[in-house]
Parts: sequence; structure tokens; C-alpha cells
Amino acid sequence: MTAPSTTVPSLDVHGLAYAYPDGHQALFGVDLTVGRGERVALLGPNGAGKTTLVLHLNGILTGGAGGVTVAGLPVGKKHLAEIRRKVGIVFQDPDDQLFMPTVREDVAFGPAAAGLRGAELDAVVRRALERVGMEEYADRPPHHLSFGQRRRVAVATVLVMEPEILVLDEPSSNLDPASRRELADILRALDVTVLMVTHDLPYALELCPRAVILSEGVIAADGRTGEILADEELMARHRLELPFGFVPGSVV
Amino acid sequence: MGAGHAHKLYRHAHSPVHELPPHTKLAAVLGFVVVVVSTPREAVWAFAAYAALLAVVAAKARIPAGFLLKRLLIEVPFVAFAVLMPFVVPGERTTVLGVSLSVPGLWGAWNVLAKGTLGVAASVLLASTTELRALLLGLQRLKLPPLLVQIASFMIRYGDVITDEMRRMSVARRSRGFEARGVRHWGVLAKSAGALFIRSYERGERVHLAMVSRGYTGTMPVIDEVTATRAQWAYAASLPLTALLISLLGWTL
Amino acid sequence: MRSCKPFAGALIIRDVHVPDGFINAPVSVAAGVVAAGAVAVSLRGARRELDERTAPLAGLVAAFIFAVQMLNFPVAAGTSGHLLGGALAAILVGPWTGVLCIAVVLLMQGILFADGGLTALGVNISVMGVVTVVVAYALFRGLVLVLPRTRASVTAASFVAALVSVPAAAAAFTALYAIGGTTHVPVAKVLTAMVGVHTLIGIGEAVITMLTVGAVVAVRPDLVYGARGLTAPLKLRVDGELVDAAPAAAPAAGSGSPKKVWIGGLVTALVLAGFVSFYASASPDGLEKVAADKGIDAKVEDHAAADSPLADYGVKGIETARLSGGLAGAIGVGATLAVGTGAFWVVRRRRAHTETTA
Repeated sequence: MTAPSTTVPSLDVHGLAYAYPDGHQALFGVDLTVGRGERVALLGPNGAGKTTLVLHLNGILTGGAGGVTVAGLPVGKKHLAEIRRKVGIVFQDPDDQLFMPTVREDVAFGPAAAGLRGAELDAVVRRALERVGMEEYADRPPHHLSFGQRRRVAVATVLVMEPEILVLDEPSSNLDPASRRELADILRALDVTVLMVTHDLPYALELCPRAVILSEGVIAADGRTGEILADEELMARHRLELPFGFVPGSVV
Repeated sequence: MGAGHAHKLYRHAHSPVHELPPHTKLAAVLGFVVVVVSTPREAVWAFAAYAALLAVVAAKARIPAGFLLKRLLIEVPFVAFAVLMPFVVPGERTTVLGVSLSVPGLWGAWNVLAKGTLGVAASVLLASTTELRALLLGLQRLKLPPLLVQIASFMIRYGDVITDEMRRMSVARRSRGFEARGVRHWGVLAKSAGALFIRSYERGERVHLAMVSRGYTGTMPVIDEVTATRAQWAYAASLPLTALLISLLGWTL
Repeated sequence: MRSCKPFAGALIIRDVHVPDGFINAPVSVAAGVVAAGAVAVSLRGARRELDERTAPLAGLVAAFIFAVQMLNFPVAAGTSGHLLGGALAAILVGPWTGVLCIAVVLLMQGILFADGGLTALGVNISVMGVVTVVVAYALFRGLVLVLPRTRASVTAASFVAALVSVPAAAAAFTALYAIGGTTHVPVAKVLTAMVGVHTLIGIGEAVITMLTVGAVVAVRPDLVYGARGLTAPLKLRVDGELVDAAPAAAPAAGSGSPKKVWIGGLVTALVLAGFVSFYASASPDGLEKVAADKGIDAKVEDHAAADSPLADYGVKGIETARLSGGLAGAIGVGATLAVGTGAFWVVRRRRAHTETTA
């Protein structure tokens, strides 16, 4: 654990278990703490419960056992609006995230829902779009953007809320190498806590000093990303495979 | 299909009609159509006058006649119905070019054709001069329940996404040598539709998650508002009011 | 003339997107009031069911229905049918959201594509949204109640519900035309043709609805009303062992609605179905009688069966045959709507009540 003990961690998950209404249980007691300013990769095979865990972080899924606190605030009905402002989730498919007719309206959605209006709203929207380099596209419909551009706008829609923790679900999926690098540059430049759910292990290594493995609904490993990726036995046990020819040690 | 490019009827241009606030246009078209529908069918000249009115609007909006006429094709199924009327409707008969036709049938056909065509033409003019987003804002401004407007705007936002998915599924089917030719193939088509439904519904759930993640609690935040000045209202109202005048003449003459 | 082929197909099975001027003003207005009422009630109902999820879910389902209505089902050379979607929407997302989806699709088709007249919007929503959804949902719920609680029953129920909903909509449209049609076409023939053709479409609608519902039950059973209530207790994985976890929150109450309400629903469904078919057979007689009374058409008269109770009822004590025929139509449509809507109010109320007290 690298979190400084003096500050409240950005995220604290304890004993979290959850089953879907159809009876399928996805989480079996997850414990995870992410300190302020940390960038953590959440790794795991398909069906490990990663998405389920993410949906607990801002109280979309509730009603199981255990709990989540964000910057000391318990996730629950009482602080839901505050929690959802603090936890910025960027979903995997930007088409899901960009549901408004234009980029500008989409980025404005969050702050407007929080009550911002007029010039103030315009200013925060412009600033968020600048942070991801998309300010020229403000009046375009999301449909007209490339996938990489849509992903960046999706990040902006969340950044505009000034979140405590940024949760990215497969940020590098479907991106061409240039877009992938551009996004990495943007993420590295941000001064927020990041939890990155990914199958892209080189990307995890590039961006996140720390990694955890979620497998069969529990945290199965937690440590330095380079060390975890180098542990062949651990990786194989959790169906994690590095790309052909990629040696973690050679990068760090 | 121009995937996602505004919508299929919209024609980008700068004209006094394009620049009118959407809700005034919606109200004007609705008013116009109501007037047209309540005009007695015997006042044939009135319908000619309505058509002339629409032609003026089209000219002001810089909509070419060809574009407008092509869009009127949507009415074809009912035109066919109307064409049948003179043959099947009982009543006093007349002979035109050696064919025995029913007089009430002819009137009925005329009535449906004239009113239907004018209605479609007015709607086409509205749709071709108003952007989708503006139409939705206009509907909201006209006090359509906000939830209904929200549903409509999601339908519009994701209509192309889902239609694209459907097309990709069709390409996938055809790539594997499947071509739907008859009733035998309904099973396969229906299964595609089923899969499409699940995808759509699950996307709806994901969109909802994305929305609540950004603070949505059931009402859309106000980002843009449309307003109309008195002059704009008056300008828009000139269409239905002129039509009303014609209609009144049609009733009295 | 190749380009005309789609239209030829459309001509036969293209569903009733009624244009302006087809149905007279009073009936259009009445249908508009019915449609507005149904939409208003559905808005409340949907909000109660889906809460803040209403807009995205209904919007996506509406987009789906919009897309799938473009999916052509080839019938025979040159002709094809397509899904109306009312039954499907009703079964999967419930009657409230179902009505909303169809209503929005029709609204957008009217405004964006000029498909269906603006003044006929009420007629279109009443016929294709309200009647289809209400009939389909009533039948579906009723059948799911009496059949054993299996997936096969859910698919069978959706088949029947969709099958009946389409000719029911056709009959409702014909009824509206009988009351408020701007031209007196021989309604018997129209009705026979409409119901006949739409029964055929109904089969297609039923097959695709059934298969769709089947696919959804297999993947997301929680989405279909009839297949809910299969939850296991939560487990914790402690040192690789599964142990029971103490439930943190009570699971949502619901599925235990009192059986007699559903029996009531089934009776409603049967009455509804019976009424629709009954009206479908009774109405042409009444309307042909109109033609006969006016001395317009002699040859249809002898096959007009005067022994139909509704025809008798309709004619009794009312002078104008036209009015009587219209009245029969009004009774048909009105009763269908009233019984359907009333039943759902009661059922919903009861459900909401059991949920709040649970």
C-alpha cells in the first residue's frame, strides 16, 4: 500500500459482495484501498466482476454486503449526488457515455445537473474540452467523431465534474496506436486518482505504478504493476496473458 | 443513409424559415394542417390556395420543388387507397372515359388526396427547415411532457446507432450466405431482432448508468433554451392565419 | 417499374400510418384525447416502474422499435411485412413504457418523416400504441397466470398476445374509420380485408415476438415480467470457501401479487379478446346495414347477418342508421379502451399497494 497515511484514501472498498437480480453472484468480498493521487490498474479475466465492482463505486449497484467509501464519504442514498460528482466513471463504449446531441451539451450535462448555468457553465465546459484537446469539436454531434475522439470527449464529460477519482473502463480498447498514446499523455497529465480497469497490460504498466488482480469476485493480488506482470505463475492462474514478445522487466 | 447526419429530411440552408424558432414553426404547421383538414372538400379552389401558400413557404425556405415532391412519396400507400375509392365506394355513378366511377368515391379520393398531400407537404417543409435538436427543443417549449421529449431525444440519438447495428447484423447474415426470401426465413430474422433488442436494452441500461454517474436524477438539466419574439410568432402565424381566412371563405362561398 | 416494388409490398401490409384528412375532425380529436390520456397515464406508470431509468430505456426501446420496423419480413414475391412492435414492447418493458415507446416512434415518424398526419397522430397512437399494447399485455399476463410458470409458457403467451394484438389494432382502426371516415367505403369489405391481412401479419408479429421474448428470457430473464423471482442468497468467498453472507438490504418485493388480481386480469383479457373478435364480426353487419338503409347498395344486404346482438343493440331505438353504426363502433372502441385501461389501473394500484406495504 503506497497511500500516505495522513490523508483519507480516495477509495476504500471493504467486504463487498453482490449478486444480480437474476441470481448470478459477481462479487464475493472485495477489499481495496486506493490512496489520493495513486494510479491503480484493476486487472482480471473476463467475468471476474470488474464492471460490477466499478458500478459499486458510485452507488449504481447497492444492496449487497460490505461497503464503499469515497474520500471518507460512505456510498449510499444519503450522499449519492456528492458521490457521483466525486467518482468519475468513463465507460467502455463512448456511445453509451455521449448521449446528448452535441459534444458541448454532453460535457455540460454533469455540471448543469449540478446547477451550473450560463457563462460559468460555458467556461468549465471549455476548460474540460481543452484538457483533452477537443475544444474545436464542441458543436459537433458525437456521431461525427472518430472513436478516439469520442473516448477523449467521454473523459472530458467526467473531468468537468472535477472528480476525486477517475475510473476508466478499458480506456485503450478500440483505439489505434496514435489515439492510445494521446490518451495516455492526457491521463498522465491529470492530477487525480485513477482506477483503470483494463485487459491492456502494457498500458497498465505504462500508466499505473500499482496493480490489483480481481479474480472470481475477490482481490487475488495487489502490488507493483511490474512485479505482478512478471509473476508468470500468478498471471497464468488468473488467465492474464502478456502480448507476444512483451517483457515487463525490459520496460521499467 | 447518411449515417447520423442531422436527419434524412433536413436541408441545411439559411432562410427566414430556417431561422424561425422551432416551436413557432411546429405550432404554425399544426395550425395549418388543422385548418386544411376542416375545410369542406367541395371548396376545391381553397385547396389550390393552400398549395400555393405552401409553395410560397417552400420558396422562402429555398426548398426546391423536386426535393419536396420526392418527399411526398411517403404518401404513396394511401394514394393507392384513394385511387381505389372511386371503384369500390357505393353510390351515384358517373362515367369518365368509359369507366364507371362512383361520385362519392371520387369526392372521397379527392378529399384524402388533397388533405393528405397538403399535410405531408407541410410536415416535410417543417422537417426540412428545422434541425432535429431544434425540433426537440420546440416540442419541449410547446409543453410536451419533458419525459416524452427525453425519450424522443434518446430515440433520435441512438436511432442511427441501432440501425447501424441492424445493418451490420444483416451484413453478417449475408456474408454467411443467408438471404431472407420467404416465410421460411422468419426464424432467423426474428432471432436477429431479438439480439438487437437485447443490445438496445442493455445499451439503454448503460446509458442510464452513464447518466446517473453524472448526476442525472430524472430531469434533464437546462442547457439550451429557445425563445421567440413577438415578431417571429407573427411571422410564423401568417401561414395558419392565411389558411384560416381561405378556409372561412371556403365555408361561406 | 422495379422501383415501385417496395411500394407494392408496402401497399398491402404497410400499417395504418393514417394521413391527414382520412378520419374526420371530431373523431380525430376524440382519438387525440384518448391518446393524450393514455400517454399521460403511461408516463406516470412508467415513472413508477422504472423511475429515473424511464427516459434512456424507453428511448432505446423506441429506437429499437423504430429500427426493427424497417426490418422486412418477406412473405411472398414482392410483398413483405414488418413488425409493429406493440406487443413486444408491452411484454418486455411493460404496458406503460410500451405505450410511450410506440407513441414516441409515431410522433417522430409524423414530425421527422411526415409519415402519418399530424392531425391523425391521435388516431395513430390510439390504434397502434394503445390498442396493440393493451390487448397484448392483457392477454400475456392472463396466459402467464394460468399456464405453468415456465419459459415455454412465457413464449407461448407472447405468441398469442402478439397474434391477437395486430388484428385487434386493424379492427380498431376500421372501427374508427366506420365512425369518422371521411368517405363511406364499404366498411365490411375493408374490415374483412384489414382483419384478414392483419391476422396474417399477426402471425409474423407473433413469431418474431415469441422468438425475441424467448431470446431475452434466456439471456436476461429479469427483464421479462413472467420470469422473475429466481434469486439465491449471497455468498462470501472466505479462503476459497463459499459462506452465506448476511443480507444487507431486503430484496425488492414484487412478484407475490395476489393471484385473484391476475385471474381478474385474465377474465379482462378474455372479455377483451372476445369483444374484439365479436366486434370484428358484428360491425360489418351494422355498417352494411347503413349502406342498405340508404338504398345505396342492394347486393350486400342479404349477407348482412341481422342476428348479431351488437348490431341489434346498435340499431335499437336509434333513428339514423349512420349514427347507430357509429355508435356500435364507439362502443367497441370505447369499451375496449375503458375495460383495458380500467383493469390496468386496478392491477397497478394493487401492485403498488402491495409494494409499499411490503
